[in-house]
Amino acid sequence: MPFFLEAPSILTNPDFIGAVMSTPGTSTTLLAIGTKKGLWLATSNDRQSWTLSEPKFPMQEVPAIGIDTRGGRTRILVGSMSWHWGPCIVHSDDLGATWTEPQEGGIRFDAGDDAALARVWQIQPDAENRPGVVWAGCEPISVWKSTDGGEHFELNRGLWDHPHRSEWGAGFGGAAAHTVLPSPADDTVHAAMSTGGVYRSLDGGSSWEPRNSGISAYFLPDPQPEFGQCVHKVARDAENPDRLYAQNHHGVYVSEDSGDTWQSIADGLPSDFGFVMLSHPRRGGTAWVIPLKADGERFPPDGKLAVHRTDDAGTTWRQLDHGLPPLEYNAVLRDAACVDTAEPAGVYFGTRGGSVYASADEGATFTEVASHLPDVLTVRADVVAG
Amino acid sequence: MTDGAVTVLIPTLLRRFLDGRSEVPVAVSGPTTVEHLLNTVGDGRPLLSQRIRDETGSLRRYVNIYVDGEDVRGLDLLDTPVNPGATVMIIQSVAGG
Repeated sequence: MPFFLEAPSILTNPDFIGAVMSTPGTSTTLLAIGTKKGLWLATSNDRQSWTLSEPKFPMQEVPAIGIDTRGGRTRILVGSMSWHWGPCIVHSDDLGATWTEPQEGGIRFDAGDDAALARVWQIQPDAENRPGVVWAGCEPISVWKSTDGGEHFELNRGLWDHPHRSEWGAGFGGAAAHTVLPSPADDTVHAAMSTGGVYRSLDGGSSWEPRNSGISAYFLPDPQPEFGQCVHKVARDAENPDRLYAQNHHGVYVSEDSGDTWQSIADGLPSDFGFVMLSHPRRGGTAWVIPLKADGERFPPDGKLAVHRTDDAGTTWRQLDHGLPPLEYNAVLRDAACVDTAEPAGVYFGTRGGSVYASADEGATFTEVASHLPDVLTVRADVVAG
Repeated sequence: MTDGAVTVLIPTLLRRFLDGRSEVPVAVSGPTTVEHLLNTVGDGRPLLSQRIRDETGSLRRYVNIYVDGEDVRGLDLLDTPVNPGATVMIIQSVAGG
């Protein structure tokens, strides 16, 4: 797919106007909240007290956000979806004051692909040593790569032309590649899709193989298929790039061999169901999940919303709920949780009831950032230039 | 052949792609089609075009087009004939919650 160099279109719609404020000389954390009806940007200088913007992209779903701080520049990438006008991907280099949608850019199938983009599910900036590279996971199931900071994307043909593609299915939310994890160590890339499972490329995305050995697909006639698992989210360990954590449609797993085999780490959790899987930005062995009771009861167990953290790669888990409401029956979706890169790491999540919580101490205590927003689809946070 | 123009009405939310214009006259030399009109209005404006039709060329599900008041979904969709002097309205459907 060729790249085009036309002048970008600066969107001047008033809906898009209004930057968040950062205080010069201080460390400002930006928390971007994508909901079913728009985007909100929250900022804080202490990760305790937050200022919330007016809604942007009103009446558009915002299921994907990427905050790219590589190279000293903060770029917010947003994948939105209007039920009228379709999906698009835009970016802002001024903390949300203006948004740019490049002409002939974004994510578009070629005419010969006989497919149309339905929704951007994932925007993943690559490692620091690959400036400009941004990956995207989309519906229909597809992985895309940009080399210009997310302005133009090219379809990953290796996965699109994979012989398994006709057998991948749709989860309730659609058929999508919802996780793309490039390894900072080498050319390994993992992608996860619902439903299809985990796939791995060892050559930067040219070729892909399923990597689901040990992950149960209890809802299929063969509960241990080569592929077809309903993986909900995968995260890579910060210190050991061959260690992966996965939250599945029932099942919490770790892999110590880059996905070749998976072992259950659900013992110690109140449930093995949920959507979220987070890993620490720097420390190996630390990950977070937010369990839900079961497939048929997608509520926090006993109405007690809690984050669970492991510091030993899943051997033990610790329940963290200080500051969270005593009763909450709303679920947390797969990308409605994130960590930042501060020290100590911040943990953030939002519920389908529109409440958003932040922790500045790796989950030990939470404060409410916002409430009564539309369903939270995604959150992303990072420290931005002040 | 009859020379003339077709008036294409643009919904508010898409006018930013047309310098704020609410309607675009398209010169035609005789009967044409909705698809030809969309191609003409969208020429050089890919961000406008992709909001009306997806990559396969299909009209987006919640975008409606009326030719002199008739919904093209009850006619021949994008192949619906349009005569000189006609008015073609593009408008989003009433949808959402």
